[in-house]
Parts: sequence; structure tokens; C-alpha cells
Amino acid sequence: MAEAGLSISDEPRGSVREADNPRQSLLARFGPDQPLPLDCGVDLSPFQIAYKIYGTLNPARSNAVLLCHALTGDQHVASEHPVTGKLGWWETMVGPGKPIDTNRYFIICPNVVGACMGSSGPSSTNAKTGKPWGLDFPVITIRDMVRAQAMLLDHLGIGSLFAVAGGSMGGMQVLQWAASYPDRVFAVLPIAAATRHSAQNIAFHEVGRQAVMADPEWRGGRYLLEGTNPRRGLAVARMGAHITYLSDAALHRKFGRRFQDRSNPTFSFDADFEVESYLRHQGISFVERFDANSYLYLTRAMDYFDLAADYDGVLANAFKGTTARFCVISFTSDWLFPTSDSRAIVHALNASSARVSFAEIVTDKGHDAFLLDEPELLAIVRGFLGSAGKARGLDEAR
Amino acid sequence: MLTRTDQTMAQTARTPGGARVDLLVMAEMIGHGAKVLDVGCGDGELLKLLERKGVDGRGIELSRDGVNECVAKGLAVIQGDADTDLSDYPDDAFDYVILSQTLQATRHPRQVLEHMLRIGRQAVVSFPNFGHWRIRLELTFGGRMPRTDNLPETWYDTPNIHFCTIKDFHQLTSVIGARIERAVALNAWGTPLRLNAPWWFWNLFGEQAVFLLSRRG
Repeated sequence: MAEAGLSISDEPRGSVREADNPRQSLLARFGPDQPLPLDCGVDLSPFQIAYKIYGTLNPARSNAVLLCHALTGDQHVASEHPVTGKLGWWETMVGPGKPIDTNRYFIICPNVVGACMGSSGPSSTNAKTGKPWGLDFPVITIRDMVRAQAMLLDHLGIGSLFAVAGGSMGGMQVLQWAASYPDRVFAVLPIAAATRHSAQNIAFHEVGRQAVMADPEWRGGRYLLEGTNPRRGLAVARMGAHITYLSDAALHRKFGRRFQDRSNPTFSFDADFEVESYLRHQGISFVERFDANSYLYLTRAMDYFDLAADYDGVLANAFKGTTARFCVISFTSDWLFPTSDSRAIVHALNASSARVSFAEIVTDKGHDAFLLDEPELLAIVRGFLGSAGKARGLDEAR
Repeated sequence: MLTRTDQTMAQTARTPGGARVDLLVMAEMIGHGAKVLDVGCGDGELLKLLERKGVDGRGIELSRDGVNECVAKGLAVIQGDADTDLSDYPDDAFDYVILSQTLQATRHPRQVLEHMLRIGRQAVVSFPNFGHWRIRLELTFGGRMPRTDNLPETWYDTPNIHFCTIKDFHQLTSVIGARIERAVALNAWGTPLRLNAPWWFWNLFGEQAVFLLSRRG
């Protein structure tokens, strides 16, 4: 049984190959002497973090920028993805001369704990059994992810970050960073984020998880051992989620009611409409690079996120006494993490007398706008980091 | 409420260097290194001026374009409305709260002013004086709502819904129990009027006024 599970590396599933030995990534291994204490009460040990770096750390070690990826993102933020061969997920934002300038900043992008691109997660091998963790992997939280990232920084000898930035689930980590390690962050940039997952968002995630678990190939989470793959369930989960990342207007602009390669309906359940074909493609390409159990774990981590709850229900207390400067950004058509969520962050930061900027960007591209070439987003991030860099003395430190 | 730079004060007097005179007067009232909130900060011109004085400046601006321009300049500005969002700020959060050329565009000028003096230890307010002699002349002899270079909009499309005179504002300060620390009236060319002039003189010849207020007691 175990052999069958481990021999599936022939399958075109990149995530399985990446889980233990990620390609084109650096790897930090934390042995039994450095366990990761998790919110669920378990110590994760040993564990590993896969990460990418770009740019050069200055002699003063003051120009490090931590980028936190979203639910289905990974460490390959500004370079070719080893599984898909596609460009990094934030190429518009990160690179030489780009707003998050690799000529100026030292960029670290780790894969989160629980994911499937080389950091310990449910598809990694459990050192105690020699088999994939599956559902034996402990449930993790956003705070656990951030704790692991802090351990990675310790490992790299980086005391304080110049900036921490990210969108969506990445934005949640960014906010958790500001709350957990106020002395280690200088500039904080949560984009299309929230301090808690809404009931509607939990509901969407639950639909996705149920789709995965309803796939007979999921096998109670033991699919890696049993040599199956719940690709249909995961694809459906992705299709549903993908709709929430866009907007009605964006879908209409992109697809309208146009037919796919045909001029008339086929009177069948074939993908007649362009939008159906697009979603199917999104679902199918996703399962090639993502692990179904990781999808369960990471959506769960987002659901559990409620920053205020850790501070007696008063969000402002999460940021009490912070000296960091914040730039909060939202998008008009984002209905998954709407502007009202960002405003709640801003109110809390104001109440803590934090130095905060807030901009809402007009776009019809929905939640995914943070990943796209939005000129106003790029200008704001550039301006915010530029002025923060001046305050940090980055030019003198070079 | 609209941005003062785009709508309200399109033609305000500027120095040869290009800075708005009322902003320079206000900036001069602010102490070095102070913590300042600029309500209705437009494109951030005053905050930029204050930056040179080592001021820790924040802004609120209603127009999205203004906010995004400010943030891209590296200023700490949030999108918000003076009429509704000042209540979110805690007491004594700032040394100074500034409202420049925006008071007349708020729905509740008194509440805005009261919030300013709650959030900040001092408030700096500049506004166009509707008691200026040319405005009086236009209404008296022209028989129509006055329009000036500084206030060019017609009555039906102006964002300015609560005009006052210097005398009116002076009275409001005593109604809300504010102490006037300093007051300056500027003529049409942006030059401050004689300091020892009586109020009626300012009210007639000041095109705009700048007040530095503090809480009484």
C-alpha cells in the first residue's frame, strides 16, 4: 500500500514531487530542537520551509521584505514556476525597477506551512512514519504560518523586516505579523485583506472542501497512500472559488454570453459558453499544481482567522503601540474582501494612532485585482515603500 | 465635500514659488515635530510643506484621486469624510487638526469643529470670508449669489453649502467654547491684513481667514 502511494510520482502532479524536495527553491530545515508550536496545541517537528529570495541583503540588514502568498500561491513570486513553467504570481509588482524593487530590497517569499510546494504540509512525508501526512497533519492557523516565517527569519539572521506585504490570505499574514511581531516590521502592506474571514467566505470555503471530500478518489484524505487523486473534487472547488475572485462585471466583460467555438447551443451539458470552458480550464490546470489536502488545510486556516478575537474582541488592541507604518489597499469590485473589511483595519489603526494610509482602487477586476497590472496599485505601492525606505534610511545604508 | 485643490480653491493666491499663501500661514502656526491631522488634505500640498518641518502628518481626503495621489507620494492619507469619519478618532490623538478651505463644504461645520478640538489639542481652520466687501456688493447691487475668483461655482453646483463671514466664525468659536489663539485675515493677494485692525475691518477686507483655536480650560 505504502509503495503504491509513493510510486505515483509518475503522475503529472507537480505538487507531490515538490512537497519534500522543491525545485528552484531554498530549503530551511528545522530539526527536533526547533519545533513549531502550533495553535492546536501540537508541536510540529521536524518541519521545513521552502522559500525563494531575490535581490541582496544590505550590510545593515535593513532592506528585507517578506512577501506572503495567498491561498493558492507559493514562493515562486517573481520567477518561473517549476511545475507550470509560468511566470511568478506577482511579476507585475516584484522585480528589478518594479514597485517592490529587487535592486533595492532583499525579498524573501516562503511557502506557507500547510501548503504543498516544499514547506511541510499534508502531502509532505511524515518523518515518523515515512509516509505522507495526509489528514494526520495538524490543523494550522494563519498565526502558525507567521510563527514559522519568524523562525525562517531567525534562521536567515534577519532581525527586523523593512516591509511585509501580501494580498488576500497573504494580507492576513501581514496583519498577523504586525500584531505578533510589532518590533520586527517597519512597513506593513495588507492588500485586499481582512482581519477576519466573513461567514460568507467560510461558507464558500466549506463548499470547496465538500467538493474535494465528495470525490471518491479522496479516500478520506489517504489518496497519496492509495494511489488515487481527487482531481475532480479539487477542480470543482477551484472553479467555485475562482468565481469569487472575479466580479460580475469582469466576467461579463471577458466572456459575456459568448459561445465557445460554436455559434449555436448544443442542447447538451457540454461547455457551450466561453465562461464554462474558462472555468473548466481553471479547475483542470489547478489540480496539476496543487494538493487537495493542502486546499483543505489552508482554507481552514483562513476560516479560523479572527485577529480581534485574540485581543478581547478589540481590534485596535492588536495594533496597540505599533510604530510601523501601514498602507491598506482595497478594490471597489472585490466582494470577497470588500472595502468595508479594509476600512475596519483602518479604523482600528487610527484608534491605535498608527501611521496609516488607505486607498481604494477603482477596478472591475474583483479580488484578483491585487495580482494584476493595476497602474494605480503599482504607483501606490511604489510611493509607499519609497517613502518608507527614506524613513528607514535605506539609501544611506546601501 | 470636495477637494479644496480641485474645486473649492481653484484660484487661491500663490507665492512666486507656487505655494498657496493660506497654507504657508497655516504651516507657520504648526510647531516643529508636531503630530498633525489634515482634514480634506486634497493632493497633500500642506502635508508636504509640513514634512519639511519634521511634522508627523496624516490626512483624510474624500476624493479617491486625491488620496491615491497622496499615498503614491508617500503621505499617510486615508479616504474618508470629515462629516462622518472624525468620530472614529480617539481623543487627543493629535497636536493639531487642520481644516483648510473645507469648513464651508461640510454638512455639519459645528460638529466637525468640535471633533477637531476633541481629537487635537489645537485646531487650525481656514475659510473664505463671505463678508468681504466685493461679495456684499455683488449681492446688494447684482442681486445674485456672489461668485468670485476663489469661489467660481454657481449656487446650484457649488460644493460649498455653509458659507460664513469672519464675524460668524468668531461667534461659532465662542458657542463651542474654543479659545482663539491666533487669527489672520488675508486680502485678495494673500497678504495678511494689519494685525491691530478691528474685527469689522477684517470682516470687510479679508478675503479669507486663518484661525488657530484651542480648547478652553
